[in-house]
Amino acid sequence: MECQECHERPATLHFSKIVNGNKTEIHVCEYCAKEKGYMGYEDEAYSLHNLLSGLFNFDAGSGFSEQHTSSVPSEKGLTCPKCGMTYQEFARIGKFGCAHCYQTFSDRLNPVFRRVHSGNTTHHGKIPSRIGSGIQQKRKLSEYREQLKQLIANEEFESAAEVRDKIKQLEKDLNRDGEGEEE
Amino acid sequence: MSLQQFMNEAISPWMKEEGPDSDIVMSSRIRLARNFEQVPFPIIADSADLEKVLLFFQKEYEHQSFSNYNDLALVKMRDLKPIEKKVLVEKHLISPHLAENDEEAAALISSNEQVSVMVNEEDHIRIQLYFPGFQLEKALEQAFTFDDWLEERINYAFDEKRGYLTSCPTNVGTGMRASVMMHLPALALTQKINRMIPAISQLGLVVRGIYGEGSEAIGNIFQISNQITLGKSEQDIVQDLRSVVNQLIDQERKARQLLVEQSELQLEDRIFRSYGILQHSRIIESKEAAKCLSDVQLGIDVGYINDISKSILNELMILSQPGFLQHYAKRMLSAKERDVLRASLIRERFKLEI
Repeated sequence: MECQECHERPATLHFSKIVNGNKTEIHVCEYCAKEKGYMGYEDEAYSLHNLLSGLFNFDAGSGFSEQHTSSVPSEKGLTCPKCGMTYQEFARIGKFGCAHCYQTFSDRLNPVFRRVHSGNTTHHGKIPSRIGSGIQQKRKLSEYREQLKQLIANEEFESAAEVRDKIKQLEKDLNRDGEGEEE
Repeated sequence: MSLQQFMNEAISPWMKEEGPDSDIVMSSRIRLARNFEQVPFPIIADSADLEKVLLFFQKEYEHQSFSNYNDLALVKMRDLKPIEKKVLVEKHLISPHLAENDEEAAALISSNEQVSVMVNEEDHIRIQLYFPGFQLEKALEQAFTFDDWLEERINYAFDEKRGYLTSCPTNVGTGMRASVMMHLPALALTQKINRMIPAISQLGLVVRGIYGEGSEAIGNIFQISNQITLGKSEQDIVQDLRSVVNQLIDQERKARQLLVEQSELQLEDRIFRSYGILQHSRIIESKEAAKCLSDVQLGIDVGYINDISKSILNELMILSQPGFLQHYAKRMLSAKERDVLRASLIRERFKLEI
């Protein structure tokens, strides 16, 4: 079969396009496929994002049918005030519009993250040092508290006392930093 | 341009170094996704917003003050010809997505091509580091150094609970994708790989063909990377990946040994037939070239072939891609013309060795 675009090279790619139930077959060579835009780099990522979008829609649809939700005025509340992204749009493309979207759609995100990240919803990795120093201290604090519990359970009281002092110091630092921020 | 010169251009300098376990692990990569706090993500940002992001890098570039990298070149997508972009994609220095973003998209690339920072891709910033062989920890360490340097200057989109906020929910948290490119011909030949892939995916890791999502593994090259970015620390992710890759290396070595012991003549025959095809064919499609190159690479690794350089697979896989072939020919080529040029370049490449 020859390529239906250039009629020179053999057609090596075969696409089916379905529009309103009408199926059209396209037979082209690789060269024309790229040239005419039948095949872009985007195709490679298509499947994953489709899958993702399916996950979000499933979430949005729980309780309401999609048509129903779109006609409910309160749904307007789910538009990101910073970038204007609506939840529906987010669900369709599977991407956030800006950092603020995370807050806007917050209530709906845990089930999505759980599915995508094997049940995880909370970050446990790196924290930026400049903007995240308070977070770092807080994380350390909870680590120490966990340690303290363990030490007491093991009746290692001497080490427990050391950790307790560290906790006290850290709490003091945190309070001081907190006051500093408000100034 | 002589082929030798062209090849030197095709293969990133870092690829010429030999890394640990480089008979099986071709390269290790760490990618970190980061965003500016106050700027909408590239997917919906207007050009003025994206220009701001680009301007930050432009200024730093003019001052040449990038962390401990003083040799980064700023390449703007709008200044490149389509073929030049394609070549950068084939060298894995930029993503196909960046090449399409065009107007405000750019990349910072180090002179040894080990570091590349994509600007205004799906996220504002994507830091990528490559190392030859199996060196994930080293790549992570250096990626963090660059990240720390940037973080001193930019307010990142970061949230205590969700971590680094990214455009796509699949990257949120660490924003990190760690991946290892492996050549696994013996596991593929014995079809053991098919049984291992499902097990690997249960560990939150994903196995793909060389060209990323949705493609099959051509040339028996597989990319193993983390799927999960939220809930685990970067170090834990790298460690998980390391342990799986170590097992794959182990299994691949055993499978190679078994193949050599049990089917020495058949294996040798297969390898030298492929060698013959590469040395003598006049028309070769990319798939066949990749298969033969994989065989020849295996032949080098198990010691049947001693007279050609070790990284032939890496080199010729890059060289025989459409972008490179057209870059070499300095014009657009049809698929048929590419098959002819590919065959002739490979033939010449082998002549250089002998």
